[in-house]
Amino acid sequence: MRIHDLEALALLHDPVRRSLYDAVTAGAGDVGRGEAAEAAGVSRTLAGHHLDKLVEAGLLESGFRQQEKKGPGSGRPAKVYRRARAERSVSLPPRDYAALASVLAGVVDVLGAEEQAEEAARRAGERMAGRHSGQPVERVLGERGYEPYEEGGLLRLRNCPFHALSEEQPLLVCSMNLALCQGLLQGLGDDPARATLDPRPGECCVVLSKTNGD
Amino acid sequence: MLNVMHLAQLNIAHLRAPIDSTELAEFVALLEPINAIADEAPGFVWRLKESETDPTATVVHDYGDHLLVNFSVWESLDTLWNYAYRSAHLGVLRRRREWFQRTMEPYMVMWWVPEGYIPSLAEAMARLEYLKAHGPSSEAFTFKDSYGSSEAVSLPAAAEARK
Repeated sequence: MRIHDLEALALLHDPVRRSLYDAVTAGAGDVGRGEAAEAAGVSRTLAGHHLDKLVEAGLLESGFRQQEKKGPGSGRPAKVYRRARAERSVSLPPRDYAALASVLAGVVDVLGAEEQAEEAARRAGERMAGRHSGQPVERVLGERGYEPYEEGGLLRLRNCPFHALSEEQPLLVCSMNLALCQGLLQGLGDDPARATLDPRPGECCVVLSKTNGD
Repeated sequence: MLNVMHLAQLNIAHLRAPIDSTELAEFVALLEPINAIADEAPGFVWRLKESETDPTATVVHDYGDHLLVNFSVWESLDTLWNYAYRSAHLGVLRRRREWFQRTMEPYMVMWWVPEGYIPSLAEAMARLEYLKAHGPSSEAFTFKDSYGSSEAVSLPAAAEARK
C-alpha cells in the first residue's frame, strides 16, 4: 500500500468532498464548478475549494473550457473537472492481485487458451449471480463498479473494472468481460444475449440491450 | 522546431485458406465496412490499398502466398489503439482464428516516421524482421512495449527519411 493512496482516499471521508467527487465522476465529460456545486448542494466558492483539494490529491484532473457566450466580459474560460486517469487502491493487509492477473493473462495468450478463459469467465459470472439473486442486472453491474447508464435504448457501461489489464491484453480481457457479463445474466435468469460488444474509447466494451419487457 | 512524428504500423496474417475461398468469404465481406471505420477514425493518416475502386482487393506483394498485409500510418499510439480495440474492429479481431493461422512470432510492428513520410512495404517488412531479431526497441515496437515519438527523433533511420 502506498501512503499517498491512503491519504488521497481519506480526503473522500468528508461528505461535501465525497458528493462533489460523485457529481464530477457521474457524468461522461467535464463538469464545471457551478454544476458540481449545485449537485452537492453547496456554494460555488466552497465547491471550488474542495474540488481543488481533490485535484491536488490526484483524484480529479482540472482543465479549462471556453465559455459558450461570446462578447465582452465572457472571455474567461471556465474551470472544469474530470476523474483522474490514475487508479487508487488501498488494501490492508497489502495485496497485489493485479500483478498476478497480468502474468496469468500473458500465459493464456501464450497458450492460445482464449476459449477456455472465456468459458471460465462465463462460469464466474454465473457464480457471481448467485450472490445477487432476484436483483436486476443494472444494480449488480452498478455494485461491481461498471457504472451503467442509459443511452439510445441501450444500457452502456461507463467504467471498465478491468481497465489496466484491458490495456495490456484488450482482446482477451474484453472477450472475458463479455463472457462474464453473459454468465451473470444467465445466472440471474436473464437473457445472456442481451450483452454484446460495442466498444468505444474510454468506456467498458460491453453494452446491454433493453429487455423484451421494456 | 519540434518535428511532428507519425506512427507507422504493419501487421501480417497467414490465411488459413486462399483469399477467394468460401472459408474466407465472411472476412472479405468485412473488409469494406471495417476499412471504412479506419478511414473515418480520429488520427487515421494513410493505409496501403491495392485498389482505389475495389474495397475488397487485398494488397498484392512478393512476401509469400496466403500472407495478408495491413499497413497504415496514424497520428499517435492512442488513435491507433482506439481504432484497433475500441471500435467494431475488435469484433473482427475476435474472429481471427476462423481465418488466420495462430503464430508465436511477432505479427505486428510499429515505428515512428516524420509527418508526411510514407514508408515502403519493404521498409515495413524489414521493421518486422528487426523486431523478430532484436525484440522491441524504439525502432520497432509493439503495444505491449511501446516507445514515445520523442525517442525516435534522434534515430538515423528517421533522419534518413527526412532527407
